[in-house]
Amino acid sequence: MVTIGIDIGSISAKAAAIAKDKLLGSKVILTGYNARQAGMAVFEGLLKELAIDRDAVGRIVATGYGRNSVDFADQAVTEITCHAAGAHFQDPEVRAVIDIGGQDSKAIALGPNGRVTDFAMNDKCAAGTGRFLEVMARALEVDLDAFGEMSLQADEPAKISSLCTVFAESEVISLIAKGARRTNIIAGIHASIGARVVAMANRLKLQAPVMMTGGVAHNIGVVKALEDKLGLPVQVSAHAQVNGAIGAARLAAGG
Amino acid sequence: MSDQEKTIDPEKERRKIKSVKTMKDIMTHYYIEAKTAEETGKKVAWITSGGPVEPLIAMDVIPVYPENHGAMIGASKMGTDLCEKAEGMGYSGDLCTYALADIACSTVNGGPIGGLPKPDMLVCGNNICGTVLKWYEVQARYYDVPLFILDTPFCHTEFSDEARQYVRRQIDEYLVFLETVCGKKCDHDHLRDVGRLSMEGQRLWQAVLDTTMNKPAPMSAFDAFFHLALIVTLRGTQTVVDYYTGLLEEMKNRVAEGISAVPEERYRLLWDNLPIWFKTRWLSDKFAAHKACLVADTYTSAWCGSLPYLDENNFLESMAEGYSRIYLNIGTDRMAEMVVEMIDKYEVDGLVMHSNRSCKPYSLGQYDIARIVQEKRGLPTLIIEANMTDARSFSESQIDTRIDAFMEVLKG
Repeated sequence: MVTIGIDIGSISAKAAAIAKDKLLGSKVILTGYNARQAGMAVFEGLLKELAIDRDAVGRIVATGYGRNSVDFADQAVTEITCHAAGAHFQDPEVRAVIDIGGQDSKAIALGPNGRVTDFAMNDKCAAGTGRFLEVMARALEVDLDAFGEMSLQADEPAKISSLCTVFAESEVISLIAKGARRTNIIAGIHASIGARVVAMANRLKLQAPVMMTGGVAHNIGVVKALEDKLGLPVQVSAHAQVNGAIGAARLAAGG
Repeated sequence: MSDQEKTIDPEKERRKIKSVKTMKDIMTHYYIEAKTAEETGKKVAWITSGGPVEPLIAMDVIPVYPENHGAMIGASKMGTDLCEKAEGMGYSGDLCTYALADIACSTVNGGPIGGLPKPDMLVCGNNICGTVLKWYEVQARYYDVPLFILDTPFCHTEFSDEARQYVRRQIDEYLVFLETVCGKKCDHDHLRDVGRLSMEGQRLWQAVLDTTMNKPAPMSAFDAFFHLALIVTLRGTQTVVDYYTGLLEEMKNRVAEGISAVPEERYRLLWDNLPIWFKTRWLSDKFAAHKACLVADTYTSAWCGSLPYLDENNFLESMAEGYSRIYLNIGTDRMAEMVVEMIDKYEVDGLVMHSNRSCKPYSLGQYDIARIVQEKRGLPTLIIEANMTDARSFSESQIDTRIDAFMEVLKG
């Protein structure tokens, strides 16, 4: 029997299918305006891609901010529990997860069974999230996908001191005006995210191995900044963006 | 749907606390009396929630609590509007929102009861925070009335003899202040009786709160937030003693009949900090949906926490210590000890802390307390970032997720 996890985030909707402890596949689409529709679209899209019949699907677990909008799911579970389950599924040794998504960031401590023992989330602020990076990419006129590689070429990372996305954007604009190099500004932005997320993560007693999940994990610059501040190696989930959906599918299978 | 067609859920009706109506009547009567004081020739004193009210009662002065009013403003969802007004007057939005709402309300006579009655005097105790000093100074200037400040030294671990003398002398000054403003002498025999009634009221309030040691709990912290109003406002009167005697009896009956605050109570939680007044119903329903009952809290228990330091045979002398050693005027280590004592007493499974942007003294140290609780009792803590009065600091979907995730941790 196939189980499905659906993760409706603020920016993207993800779905993953699991059968017999194996990941069959996953899919990501933009959430858009209607979370319910996005849930249905990503679910149907995934089934189509994997050529799975609707009748072959067993339990469905929904997660993410739109978890309660997915009315065809059997259960709604928070993304905290799902990210822990997803990370545990990928690597049972993992004891900590740092997830940076579109509009939130969270740190999760896991027990050996993959259950959450403690967690911390960002407060009502977009700084230190994917949205923050999007705003900065726009200000710098750089494709967000290029951020990671570009930051590695920095020779003198800029200092971004503001904790607020809007004010940090002003800081970036004034750095551009002063002629600072893009690579250095981007490295500064990553360091600022790293500092903010690690300050939050330090509320918990995080133990290695640490896995990073969420779409922002694809950005090598942020990963390096986190390692730097955390003082621990950070492994990136091979399925970073769909880790929550994988965890949901795993929980749907009773894992 | 018309009223006749509304279906009454007998189970819900059974669960309702019947004393609520009496409480509402008493509070309505109290506010009418306060708002008509000018006509009846009575004096009105505005006083802080942790201030020494007994001498006011003994002098037949009506005590009025801007903080209680702030709670009403919050519960009526009028806080944001008044806070914005105060910000427009030049006050920072980072200040205490009770202060902001009160200061703004004075200029427009707004809020749920059309503003508080004009004070004849202000009585400010800084045992709860430092903001009250500036807040009451602002109001003393605005209303052009005398202000008395009771300065209680911070009690990190103990209450020294020097501190006792310092506060005790101020209590004498307080009585002189009242005699001057009221133009009459204080009847010390009457004050002793008021002290006795105050302690009796506090003992009854503690007994009411302690009924939640029963499993399931007959009431929750959300109920305590409501029933608290009397021990705050009219402490030292027979009204309070009578009311809590009745409430205690109702709680005991609920225990005997197995009536619980939360249907099928499974998880017992401890609340820390002030309520989020504009969201109490939502939070109550949210936790109840998880079969979780907030069985105790550090907030409402503060109005009976000084009992060990008070002496009904020597009330005036013991006031110095009783009014200094309150929850917000002690060190974080001692606060954590008290939290751990409550965890054991009420047998709770986890902590819910409201990190209150509006109340710094209450919120400072919460992460340390959470850590100590984790170390000593191995219990998890949920932190909810909000504000007691101003809805602008409340993000429902984020808090919804945090509560769900916390309950998933507890359920294991």
